[in-house]
Amino acid sequence: MSDTLAIVLRVLAVFVIFLVFPLVIGQTEHKVMAHMQGRLGPMYAGGFHGWAQLVADGVKFAQKEDIVPAGADRRIFQLAPAVALLPYLLVLIAIPVGPGNAVGQALDAGVFFVLAVMGVGVLGSLMAGWASANKFSLLGGLRTAAQLLAYELPMLLAAASVAMAAGTLSLPGILDAFHWWWVPWQIVGGLVFFTAGLAELQRPPFDMPVADSEIIFGAYTEYTGLRFALFLLAEYAGIVVLCALTAVLFLGGWHGPFGADGLGWLWMLLKTVVLAFGVIWLRVSYPRLREDQLQKLAWTCLIPLALAQIALTGVIKVVIS
Amino acid sequence: MGIPGSGLAKGLAVTLRTMTKRTVTEQYPDVQPELPSRTRGVIGLFEENCTVCMLCARECPDWCIYIDSHKETVPPAAPGGRERSRNVLDRFAIDFSLCMYCGICIEVCPFDALFWSPEFEYAETDIHELTHERDKLREWMWTVPEPPPLDPGAEQPKEIAAAQKAADKLAAQQAKEAEEAAAAQQAESAQAESGQAGEAPQAKDAGEEA
Repeated sequence: MSDTLAIVLRVLAVFVIFLVFPLVIGQTEHKVMAHMQGRLGPMYAGGFHGWAQLVADGVKFAQKEDIVPAGADRRIFQLAPAVALLPYLLVLIAIPVGPGNAVGQALDAGVFFVLAVMGVGVLGSLMAGWASANKFSLLGGLRTAAQLLAYELPMLLAAASVAMAAGTLSLPGILDAFHWWWVPWQIVGGLVFFTAGLAELQRPPFDMPVADSEIIFGAYTEYTGLRFALFLLAEYAGIVVLCALTAVLFLGGWHGPFGADGLGWLWMLLKTVVLAFGVIWLRVSYPRLREDQLQKLAWTCLIPLALAQIALTGVIKVVIS
Repeated sequence: MGIPGSGLAKGLAVTLRTMTKRTVTEQYPDVQPELPSRTRGVIGLFEENCTVCMLCARECPDWCIYIDSHKETVPPAAPGGRERSRNVLDRFAIDFSLCMYCGICIEVCPFDALFWSPEFEYAETDIHELTHERDKLREWMWTVPEPPPLDPGAEQPKEIAAAQKAADKLAAQQAKEAEEAAAAQQAESAQAESGQAGEAPQAKDAGEEA
């Protein structure tokens, strides 16, 4: 009985994090982006500095009509937002937030599971692009596919480097094996992983699949109302997952500097938030990469770097042991 | 420029620096904007100064000033004098849907009856309601700010320069008169001195001892 209760509580906690964190990051993006552009951002909703802006947006989205285009593949079109969003919820279950047992569900093949399921999230965009019966959506979907192909590889290679270093695929296991000098050791892999993750989330500057000046809003062009909101939510949930995962794999998760490991979840939270700020910062600072630049960056820069990181990890691993 | 990637870092630095600076957003309906005192918001009419000379209406490039007046006769100031006639303002209106805020009427007014005011919140939902009559224009006079101080080293305004000139002239004349008076007095006392030569130095000594 208590086992069931514990599972229910864990799932509930993960679910709450899943619902709250993307909104917090979305609001932070509103505000940080505004101030980086010399603006104030939302100021009215909720009274104090527009804290309830995203709640208001949610209410607005819920009121809108849910339209499915006549020529669309109905079932696939309606299913796509769920396919885009739910994988991130599943990934969140496997991410450890604190020492010991503070994880939704410890998995032996955690890294494998997490990366595989994150790849599924991109399928949502593909389905949406294909099912919309719209040229722009199709273009967006195909760009998404091309981007997924190009950036999944460096992401996997970079994660593999950490798994090699730790000698385990389990995320809590990787954190247990973590030492502070892993950060400089794996720094290149970390940068590759973070960049590739950004590209997979289609965040600026890698937002070619939704380039609004060229193809309206890519795969999401035909969506309205709640389904559109789910796609947007998926993007922010993706930021949470990517930042948490980068923190776990490359920055030591709940480990604090100088052995200050108490309040482990606070370190984890801090690292995730700093990374999320970085995601927003990059969005504000850089213009969109062109499609060919995007592919070039992945194949000629990130993949060689990731391979070099794996080589470095292997050499040092052999030298140590 | 040499290091590859320095441009990327520079971009990040720019956005981060902007984030720490004050925002430029005006929170207008909540906070009134701070407008410079020469802002061309609306034209106020100081109707007590208006003599219905019609210069403003005639100079207005788009003919947006409407003036009606009539003449009144004023009884002679002194008995046996001639009756005087005087212009009385009946209507003074500016159509702000036509006005292009050139300010020529204000420049041209010889009696300082028109002024710029920074007041700008007089939008209407109907274009006909933008023709504002004299009572509204007179009310806007209260929002006319004090003229800004002159720039350092600037030429003085003509009124003050003229007054200064007159004052200087008067002062010079007074000084001249005083000089003449003093000279006359000296001559008088020189005459008296020949009689009481020894007294003055003694009086001075007494003053010092006290």
